[in-house]
Amino acid sequence: MSVLSAATRAEVERHRDRYPQARSAVLPSLWALQNQIGHVSPEGMREVSEILGLAPSEVEAVASFYAMYLDRPGGRHHVLVCVNVSCGLRGADDIVAHLERRLGCPSGGTSADGEFTWEHTVECLGACGGAPAMQVDHHFHENLTPERVDAVLEAVRAPSARAGGDRS
Amino acid sequence: MAEHRLLTEHFGMEGIQTLAGYERAGGYQGLRRALRELTPDDLVAQVKASGLRGRGGAGFPTGTKWSFLPGDVHPRYLCVNADESEPGCFKDRALIEGDPHQLIEGTLIAAYAIQAPIAFIYIRGEYFDQRLLLERCVEEARAAGYIGRGILGSDFSCDVIVHGGAGAYICGEETALLDSLEGRRGQPRLKPPFPAVKGLYGQPTVVNNVETLSNLPHIVLRGGSWYASLGTEKSKGTRLFCCSGHIERPGTYEMLLGTPIRELLEEECGGVWKGRRLKAFQPGGGSMQVLLPEHLDLPLDMEAVAQAGSALGAGAMVFMDETTCMVNVSMRLVDFYHHESCGKCSPCREGTYFESDLMHRLERGVLAPEELTTLSDICDNMNGKCFCPLGDTATWFVMSAYAAFRDEFEAHCGAGRCPVREPRAAEAVA
Repeated sequence: MSVLSAATRAEVERHRDRYPQARSAVLPSLWALQNQIGHVSPEGMREVSEILGLAPSEVEAVASFYAMYLDRPGGRHHVLVCVNVSCGLRGADDIVAHLERRLGCPSGGTSADGEFTWEHTVECLGACGGAPAMQVDHHFHENLTPERVDAVLEAVRAPSARAGGDRS
Repeated sequence: MAEHRLLTEHFGMEGIQTLAGYERAGGYQGLRRALRELTPDDLVAQVKASGLRGRGGAGFPTGTKWSFLPGDVHPRYLCVNADESEPGCFKDRALIEGDPHQLIEGTLIAAYAIQAPIAFIYIRGEYFDQRLLLERCVEEARAAGYIGRGILGSDFSCDVIVHGGAGAYICGEETALLDSLEGRRGQPRLKPPFPAVKGLYGQPTVVNNVETLSNLPHIVLRGGSWYASLGTEKSKGTRLFCCSGHIERPGTYEMLLGTPIRELLEEECGGVWKGRRLKAFQPGGGSMQVLLPEHLDLPLDMEAVAQAGSALGAGAMVFMDETTCMVNVSMRLVDFYHHESCGKCSPCREGTYFESDLMHRLERGVLAPEELTTLSDICDNMNGKCFCPLGDTATWFVMSAYAAFRDEFEAHCGAGRCPVREPRAAEAVA
């Protein structure tokens, strides 16, 4: 049984045909895969490589280079907290400590209820004007306080109760 | 002198993120004029006359960069560098959110100038909503005839492809960006050949920053000599400065080049927060050397800031108040470069690892004093000896902070804590 849904397969083919060279479609195709299943699995990457006419290792080598492709399943939602300088100067360490307490796991872990995988990153998110900042499922949340973090997590958690996984 | 709004003039205007809103504000008139009244060579000449320099950090003259393309090799490509990832930098995001069609118009003008049939906008993966916004705007512009075959009835055709990255600072380096766009690990290429000669798919390629291109509609409409009348002798026009850290009003402020840094800090940013004093600042993002309060009267001018031993870089100002631990700040930046080193060359790959290890032990107060020499040695063996500037810049802040705040670094050695952030911990234990 194939990993890629018909829609994802069509998206990868569209990317392949869009660029002057099919290899350029690797990054957008990995995004399509991750948007469907939540991470980039070896089976999924093999199917992507077949569509693009590449060896599986060529796709895997790319996937492992970039920080945003997740190599394993995680929680329904992904939380990324910046701890670079601008956020650090305005209290990012407090936000990190709060998330660790609140979600009951260290950075890189998933909360026991499976809702949130979270991590802190030194990769500046480009939200220094609203530091401290985080992204939840790629959306920015800025000027964080522990209370605001709680409010964001609650708001995200609510609609996800019906289903999860597909973040496209 | 307050903010000088040129690129940010329409920020916040209702509907500016739509084609109709942008056209109401006079949008796409620059492209129209370029296609109807200017040849590609005229355009290159206008941009040369404007004195516009790249806004990505290096400050290379844009018109000159375009003129390096060999005359007879086609196709050529334009790549828009929206991989903004410099610590402290968020101006390209502001330009994309604040006036997305201005960037697309500038992109098309540049593509016309260099006769590129495709322009790629490489946007960092973290700018997810911003990528969707650009994709929507590109489709709007395509439907209106600004993108595609025979643009506005001319014989110029150009497609625009928005390409999302996936989390790699190094892809902001132009040749790493090209490798990434080709579907590979984003690692820098040996130069020469420069992208102008052999770039994307081995073809002549220009890589320009978001802010650089956002200037083009204005230069086309008002002329290169008008633009050259703004700013200083060598730093023309305005720039967006991303201000963050310990200030009252963080944000992006568009300033005429030549304005004193003090004015940016005190009038636009509302000064240092909580009534505290300034301890240090970084004028050009995470890569650049630390400057001190005595440097606040420097003008926002590339040459002046370089003379003071730092650089305006990508226009990111990070201000630090008197309570800041410079070892802690250095550690965060060193961690960043360690995380972002692409692994291609050993001085950077290994050097950032050792830097990070030493800085973490220093920050915890468990580094032996003689190991500070090791830190200097490692940085000395990286700076100027790496394959690309990432490894060099991984040493600049920490070494400049060590030089300016040597006492603070030494006080951490063997202290068992951070003596700046926990000044009383030792007494409590005693």
